[in-house]
Amino acid sequence: MNSRRRVVIVDDHAMFRTGVRAELGNHVEIVGEAADVDEAVEVVRRTSPDVVLLDVHLPGGGGAEVLRRVHTHAPNTRFLALSVSDAAEDVIGAIRGGARGYVTKTITGPELVEAIGRVAEGDAVFSPRLAGFVLDAFAGTIEVAQIDEDLDRLTEREREVMRLIARGYAYKEVAKELFISIKTVETHVSSVLRKLQLSSRHELSRWANDRRLI
Amino acid sequence: MEPHAETAGPADALTPRRATRSAEERYLGGVAGGLAAHLGLPVLWVRGAFVLLTVLSGFGVVLYAGLWLMLPLEHEVEEAPQGIAAATRLGKRTSRLPRRLDDMGPMVALAALAVGALLLLRQLGIGFGSGFFWPLLLATIGVALLWRQADEAQRARWASSSARVNPLQAVLGGGGVASAVRIFVGIALLVSAIGALVAQSGNVSLLDDVAVTTALGLVGVGLIVWPWVYRLTSDLTDERRARIRSQERADVAAHLHDSVLQTLTLIQKQADDPRMVATLARAQERDLRSWLYDDPGRTVDTLSAALRAAAAEVEDSHGVPVEVVTVGDRALSPDVDALAKAAREAMVNAARHSGADKVDVFAEAGPEAVEVFVRDRGHGFDPGDVSSDRLGVRNSIIGRMQRHGGEADVRSGHGEGTEIRLSLNRPAGEDAR
Repeated sequence: MNSRRRVVIVDDHAMFRTGVRAELGNHVEIVGEAADVDEAVEVVRRTSPDVVLLDVHLPGGGGAEVLRRVHTHAPNTRFLALSVSDAAEDVIGAIRGGARGYVTKTITGPELVEAIGRVAEGDAVFSPRLAGFVLDAFAGTIEVAQIDEDLDRLTEREREVMRLIARGYAYKEVAKELFISIKTVETHVSSVLRKLQLSSRHELSRWANDRRLI
Repeated sequence: MEPHAETAGPADALTPRRATRSAEERYLGGVAGGLAAHLGLPVLWVRGAFVLLTVLSGFGVVLYAGLWLMLPLEHEVEEAPQGIAAATRLGKRTSRLPRRLDDMGPMVALAALAVGALLLLRQLGIGFGSGFFWPLLLATIGVALLWRQADEAQRARWASSSARVNPLQAVLGGGGVASAVRIFVGIALLVSAIGALVAQSGNVSLLDDVAVTTALGLVGVGLIVWPWVYRLTSDLTDERRARIRSQERADVAAHLHDSVLQTLTLIQKQADDPRMVATLARAQERDLRSWLYDDPGRTVDTLSAALRAAAAEVEDSHGVPVEVVTVGDRALSPDVDALAKAAREAMVNAARHSGADKVDVFAEAGPEAVEVFVRDRGHGFDPGDVSSDRLGVRNSIIGRMQRHGGEADVRSGHGEGTEIRLSLNRPAGEDAR
């Protein structure tokens, strides 16, 4: 890492912000904090940080609202969603809102630092649970010759990568297992993230609908 | 409804105590039970007094009927503090003693009241021979039945937890057929008593006129009273909604107390033991998470539920977090159950021997196969030289899977951690998705 990442912490619990600050220590530079949607929008516009740690449940409309209002104004800022809830609607909602990754608040300090670095470089961060949701959402086969076929289906390789992540493998372990480079793993994960964000796949909408995402 | 003065503490000692009829200790109207509670006497004494008064002069009947009419039925629902009430609703404690019908006291009281009724009629100069005797007796029994039913219906309304007041249920209560029979018999008795009286007056042709006039009168009264009845029910509905909301708040409070407060207390006591604190916090987190986010209707007999339960157990007994991710699900057939048990054994092994600070479990249930992976990043071992202390792996995991037509692979190496893969091909059992 050449320079320290500039990070904003958005969470409505002051105690949690303090805890994250302490855990991140000197590995990143924390340039701001916010406790609700309006504050978050203001802080992000003012400081344009590299990474925003974004709580999913936030007064004023939640993390999704922050993403909606800020995303176009801060093209160089990446968002990493952070939540205590493992509920599918929160996870997928944050990703489809534009976050580059999703981790739960139980994540350890070093893991969080690593995740911030990854997101800052434009890669995606998938926790085992998020990988599980993706496999669930893209389960089954769909008919060939459908529009946007690329977006609506995981390749066999992407599926393999997702399964390994769901089994608890770190990116470098995935790379070793599949005899590919870490860079390739990152490419696959980013591609899955893009599909998750953009796909209008019928199964995905039905799956989301079952869980009241739409 | 007003709060109960009976339960009032010293703070509002100025409020007079009000007697109520007992809803629990009752056979007829609950008058004796309520009076006994109010006066602080044994129920049997009060019943005895009624018997005595009845046998001596028949006055006991009049007194009983008068008190039945005047005293409100005891309101049992909102007496308890919120936490207690919530615990009751959640079935965590038993409420009062169930009513006992084999109690001799009520039988004695009832028999005495019947005797007294006869005596009273005698005193009024209406003997067995008199034409008024039977109609009056029938009417009395009919009225008693109807009053009794009104009490039942009132209790059912209080106890009901549905938001809307159902007009039919408002009359019938929860008694179903028995209630309907009670109402029908009560009305029939009253009508025949009136009929008998009219017939005795000698003018049988009058009977038709009386019936028509009575029916018309009832319809008229019904039309006048209906708006009030309707508004009363909608008021009741609103009130019930408010009550249900407050009950839900109470349930939340009770849950927080039961789980979070106790865990916080334990954590303070164990503050010197970081591992214990982490275990407690983790268990509490899991509990709260499932309470907040789990679908209450989620079925229990599935692979994912079994894996989650096993993970929770291992977390609690070994203090190592176990992360479970599932894709798809499957009902617990004997084979799938064996798979879950083998997975549990693998989790125990990982938590106990590997030294890893976290165990990952991934289950995927597809149409062709069910696979479970249990992985740790601990110090690992050489699967080739499985010593006796690793007997668990051979018997409970590999052997179990083979017996159920599946397989188990162990991948491990020194310093690389361990991953156990369990799989079943085309297992029986429904796709539980």
